Amino acid sequence: MTKNDSINNIVALSNELRWQIGDDFHDNLAEGIYADASEIVNSVVKKDNEKSKFRLDARIDKILTSKIWGFPIMFLILAMVLWLTIIGANYPSSMLATLLLDNVHPALKSFATSIAMPWWLDGFLIDGVYLALAWVIAVMLPPMAIFFPLFTLLEDFGYLPRVAFNLDYLFKKSGAHGKQALTMSMGFGCNAAGVVATRIIDSPRERLIAILTNNFSLCNGRWPTQILIATIFIGAVVPNSLSGLASVGAVIGIAILGMIFMFFSSWGLSKTVLKGEVSTFNLELPPYRPPRFWKTIYTSLIDRTLIVLWRAMVFAAPAGAVIWLISNIPVGDGSIASWLIGYLDGFGFLLGLNGVILVAYIVAIPANEIVIPTILMLTVLATGIAGGEGVGVMFELDSASETGDILKAGGWTLLTAVNLMLFSLLHNPCSTTIYTIYKETNSVKWTTIASLMPLIMGFIVTFLVAQIWRLFV
Amino acid sequence: MEGKVNSACEACPQYNAKGLKKLGVNAENVDFIVALAGNPNTGKSTVFNALTGLRQHTGNWPGKTVTRAEGAFEYEDKKYKLVDLPGTYSLLSTSEDEEIARNFILFGKPTVTVIMVDASRLERNLNLVLQILEITDSAVLCLNFIDEAKRNNITIDERTLARDLGIPVVATSARYNKGIPELITTIAEVANGNIVCKPHRIKNVPENISKAVKKLSEEIKEQFPTIPNSRWIAFRLLEGDTHVIDALKSGELISQ
Repeated sequence: MTKNDSINNIVALSNELRWQIGDDFHDNLAEGIYADASEIVNSVVKKDNEKSKFRLDARIDKILTSKIWGFPIMFLILAMVLWLTIIGANYPSSMLATLLLDNVHPALKSFATSIAMPWWLDGFLIDGVYLALAWVIAVMLPPMAIFFPLFTLLEDFGYLPRVAFNLDYLFKKSGAHGKQALTMSMGFGCNAAGVVATRIIDSPRERLIAILTNNFSLCNGRWPTQILIATIFIGAVVPNSLSGLASVGAVIGIAILGMIFMFFSSWGLSKTVLKGEVSTFNLELPPYRPPRFWKTIYTSLIDRTLIVLWRAMVFAAPAGAVIWLISNIPVGDGSIASWLIGYLDGFGFLLGLNGVILVAYIVAIPANEIVIPTILMLTVLATGIAGGEGVGVMFELDSASETGDILKAGGWTLLTAVNLMLFSLLHNPCSTTIYTIYKETNSVKWTTIASLMPLIMGFIVTFLVAQIWRLFV
Repeated sequence: MEGKVNSACEACPQYNAKGLKKLGVNAENVDFIVALAGNPNTGKSTVFNALTGLRQHTGNWPGKTVTRAEGAFEYEDKKYKLVDLPGTYSLLSTSEDEEIARNFILFGKPTVTVIMVDASRLERNLNLVLQILEITDSAVLCLNFIDEAKRNNITIDERTLARDLGIPVVATSARYNKGIPELITTIAEVANGNIVCKPHRIKNVPENISKAVKKLSEEIKEQFPTIPNSRWIAFRLLEGDTHVIDALKSGELISQ
């Protein structure tokens, strides 16, 4: 008898037996397992219900997941985390910038001169690659080193499932899965991680919705952009004493707007191409556990922060080189960069942005982190202002106000700033995320939709804001 | 500070001499494969980190681990590969993370399966434990969060539990590295065959079903004498699970 015969015999026998025992086999088996479990537990577990401590957890939950307080507390916690990140990151950021940009960079330059390095190699390596890396370290490391540990402490405490609980109703209304709240939270760190996290959603339809809309969670590559632009432009329109509050408020506003877009587009998808029933699920609210403070700080610094930083550097280095190249390779009477900027300026104006910003977003597809330095460098190039380090050199200015001066000289207004913040929220995901989406969905079609949907929304939203703004302001 | 073993054993020279060596990702030429299974949020990644010295992300929410992580450790001159699986409530469900766990327990042929349970939620966790015990012959039950259970005035008779389940039971508080040395010793004892498990099999099923299961599993055993978990395959076939038929055909289920 061959192997296939014996398998067929077994299958035949199982079909026959299944016929005999009827369809309630699954239920019978499940009941059997539960009956066994409860027998074992009865003889093994002793519970003293009188003094149960579960009540404290239940009490905290009553507040954190209450209909009235749930949302305000959630936003308050988010605001506090952001506030600590924004305020706390200032000092180490400027120290790192002084060290890496004001001291190490000139030292490298003079070293290059001393060994007679050719100008193009010097420019390519030191002004392109090195400055890109230095920017990423100076600007991204401090906020990440604060944001990630704070977030991880909340996670360790057990707050994330409560967020999911609070948002469950909204996701359900949008035709999406309640666990999308968890993948959304992961997206606040990194969208690629958020996309992988969607594996916890068992319905393929709802998982796809979660993947397609994860980009609306501001990722850590975009937080610095939001924070910097809000500090320069939004903080400046209110009295000095309120500027910190106004900037934090603007950033939170964008984050919340992202969540609104997530609900809105989830709803749109579930009503059109991804129609279907919302599946129910059990969400376990684990007990609150005191976070292991130092261990959490240590691991989130070593792992999340350094790994994300490493990724940013890996992408920033070649991007820095590309920026330097397109600014220095002449085509006709301008560089590639200046042609591109001129070409995109008209479209940029329609969106309340400009050519520089659009070129920067093309260069920065591999990593959102480098959008601002690219914009600054290209602005200097396009407007010919004296400042910065030279043609095609990526740089960071010491203070936010100097950065603001350059941008204003480049024709920036409050509208440009607002629309940049909106566009930073609503554009294509970075290339890592796009690749991750492809790996998870295995579909070119869905990857394309995931990449273009937010971009088109960004075009529409910035266009509308620009038109209305110009009518009334 | 990472994953240290804090107990009386740690100070003992014998323990340190032959004791645990964390090997990180270096999982080549291993003697044994150990799987970490259990419900979501029972501390699998924490134990994984404590044993391998790796730093899988841990967090207090169900569903954090969605991919399989592998690491290794050495104990008393034997090398162990440790596989951290996504949490799962059952082996009968369909989401991708749970499928990863199920497939590894079924097809990955771990030498020992460590089943992590939350001591305060034993009854609910036993659903998965009993399913896993249908599949494998050597397992260790890790009763995690035992300190929390104590604080909640829950007492668990570990010896009776071990006798009922037919596998060794170790109480731990992995977050605080309590019970980890005992867990390692127990894993080693089971892997080396010093402890022989006699896993509990599901009893409370109606007569006609248990007869059918018996008949089918005997047929399977006859056709494939080397198959380790004929009873579970019988369960799955009676439920009409086509994956199992495919696995039989491809030979995945048959141990070498």
